[in-house]
Amino acid sequence: MATPMQEAKVHSQPKKASSSTAESVSVDPPFPHRHLLGISQLSQSDILNLLARAEKMIPISRRPRKTLSTLAGRTQINLFFEPSTRTQASFEIAGRRLGAQITNMSMKTSSMSKGETLIDTAATLNAMQPDVIVVRHAAAGAVELLAQKVGCAVINAGDGAHEHPTQALLDALTIQQHKGRLNGLTISICGDIARSRVARSNLLLLGAMNVRTRVVAPRTLLPRGIEHMCTEVHTDMRQGLKDADVVMMLRLQHERAAGNLVPSVREYYHFFGLDHEKLAFAKPDALVMHPGPMNRGVEIDPSVADGPQSVINDQVEMGVAVRMAVLDAVLGNRQDI
Amino acid sequence: MNKSLIVKNTRIIDPASSKDMLGNVLIEDGLFVDMAEGQLPGSPEHADIIDAEGLVMAPGLIDLRVFSGEPGHEYRETLASASDAAGAGGVTSFVRMPDTLPVTDDGALVDYILRRAEITSKVRVLPAAAMTKGLEGMDITEYGLLGEAGAVCLTDGRKSVQSAALLRTAFTYAANFSLPIVHHVQDYALTGKGVMNAGLYATALGLAGIPTEAETIPLERDLQLARLTDTRYHAAQISCGRSVNIMARHRHENDLVSCGASINHLTLNENDIGSYRTFFKLSPPLRAEEDRQAMIDGLKSGAIDVIHSDHDPQDAEVKRHPFAEAADGAVGLETMLAAALRLYHSSQVDLITLLRAMTQRPAEILGLETGRIARGRAADFILIDLDYPWVVEEQGLRSRSGNTPFENAKFSGKVMRTFVDGREIFRHCEA
Repeated sequence: MATPMQEAKVHSQPKKASSSTAESVSVDPPFPHRHLLGISQLSQSDILNLLARAEKMIPISRRPRKTLSTLAGRTQINLFFEPSTRTQASFEIAGRRLGAQITNMSMKTSSMSKGETLIDTAATLNAMQPDVIVVRHAAAGAVELLAQKVGCAVINAGDGAHEHPTQALLDALTIQQHKGRLNGLTISICGDIARSRVARSNLLLLGAMNVRTRVVAPRTLLPRGIEHMCTEVHTDMRQGLKDADVVMMLRLQHERAAGNLVPSVREYYHFFGLDHEKLAFAKPDALVMHPGPMNRGVEIDPSVADGPQSVINDQVEMGVAVRMAVLDAVLGNRQDI
Repeated sequence: MNKSLIVKNTRIIDPASSKDMLGNVLIEDGLFVDMAEGQLPGSPEHADIIDAEGLVMAPGLIDLRVFSGEPGHEYRETLASASDAAGAGGVTSFVRMPDTLPVTDDGALVDYILRRAEITSKVRVLPAAAMTKGLEGMDITEYGLLGEAGAVCLTDGRKSVQSAALLRTAFTYAANFSLPIVHHVQDYALTGKGVMNAGLYATALGLAGIPTEAETIPLERDLQLARLTDTRYHAAQISCGRSVNIMARHRHENDLVSCGASINHLTLNENDIGSYRTFFKLSPPLRAEEDRQAMIDGLKSGAIDVIHSDHDPQDAEVKRHPFAEAADGAVGLETMLAAALRLYHSSQVDLITLLRAMTQRPAEILGLETGRIARGRAADFILIDLDYPWVVEEQGLRSRSGNTPFENAKFSGKVMRTFVDGREIFRHCEA
């Protein structure tokens, strides 16, 4: 039974950003990194810097005329070695709203199939003098490798099971918009932790912000050593959600792709799917989040996904703001070059 | 209505509390209520009284490895006929292997077995669920749902999973739901076409041999994976001295692992095969006499935790073949205790050690409340005449299949009466 979408929309409208408009981004402290390769490279003040920039970007997307000229004349290449719809669209819209010129390259159907190596591709693109390359790749560490071979800024849009820094930033921004803070919250991340770059980046970010984090998953989906990356590890969802302020669900790769780490969807849903009964263990005003795309009825009850606690659509909106902020931050450093 | 029963003048042996004493036991409403060396204080006057002078009172036996033909092969054995054999053998609970038709790899089937047992079985039937779908060794089953349905452990029964990667996943996932893994360890490639223990005897008979390495190599692998995954692991059955050593070494550093041995491997050896007697064709195969002696030492030292019957009913049709073509397996529910008492009568193993391996340890491995004589616990118990002489006759066995390796064996010692929840479910006709 699905709650009507429009109703969910009403509930999920984030609080209006209180601070000033985007035109003031130039007064932000400079971002001290050439690239955004991962949350692990960021200090707490870097994270606060990016979140503050992103907050100012929110109203731009809400007004009728959405385009700035901050990045006018700049060239952004979206280089996606893995298929992606929402992340690529989000980066493209973010770049356009800042006035950048954008080329999308979907490498699944491009020169990779003709035998070109990652380094070859980097050298080729570098010769075209882009200002920023947004990269997604199925192999952990591939984005960093590419960054070493190009002269422009590189933004990691997801590398294997390693990092997805803009996702963690947009999740943090969404939480901040709804809860007014990150500090003092308890956040449970549930699902396929083992192969999730979203989980890793979130744990790194929330750890840097001194947030209490829990991971919740069947043991087969918990990577070794994860206990050193979070505050608590749970294999029982009810315990894992108890009194949580935020419940972040992760997508379960379907059984086959999951390498048989869970026996069936029905069992996974029974023990680890977010339904109303399990959600009731979290705080009454707990936020429900999901990086998308969702498997309704696999990791989440459709009526929870569309319910009053869900901020899943807000995450998508915050994604554009965060990516605008990140593009602005990494390119803002290079104005004098 | 309160129903009271007093068992008096009996030798009470409770391995879990290391108790071995003469005394009286009071049972009410199916539970052990009190026991004392002398007169029981406050024993009700209307109680039924059993004078068990000269008999040993022990917890009902728990058999961790029983195959039944139900569902799917009822001509071999039903839960009802298995429960008759169990009662006569002093077995008050048995773990029913999932090798059924259909395979017990779904919660609905576990539920079916429990309901069916409720109606037809006199003893407790503890369903084991398949560790992999269809016992095919490819995909794990729904351990959480199987556990909720009432499965007591996960096992592929006669089958052995060959992939270390799948075992790692299975062990890890089982630990999530606190279900023990019970695994038959056998390397199929090393087994090859072997049909009996590799050695002089197999060579002389012209039969292909199965080396002990077909057991020791996967056993070592499993125990290392059990440590990696922190899972409760029970090697279903070991058969040779080197496996005893491997178990002892791992037990030293990991108390979540355990192993069992069938009564056959503790009391018989490869020489019993004689001239191709297929009732002695078992899996793992009967080993050399040195192995049997090492297994007995392992039982005494605690390296072997459990003695089970490996009750595996096979009809005459699949046994009446040339040795290499005959099915593996033997019935054993009814003869397990009597055969085990051979080790007691030959002064090789204490009575309490033997009983511990059939009561306390299996209960601990599965996390059961039974398997001990203690206040407040279910009154599952047996009365044993340690010296009662009898001869095994296939016709006299209660199992639907007569494939016993103990045909015409002369035993000393027999279960006289068997009780489940304080209710008598078996009485030997002369008792």
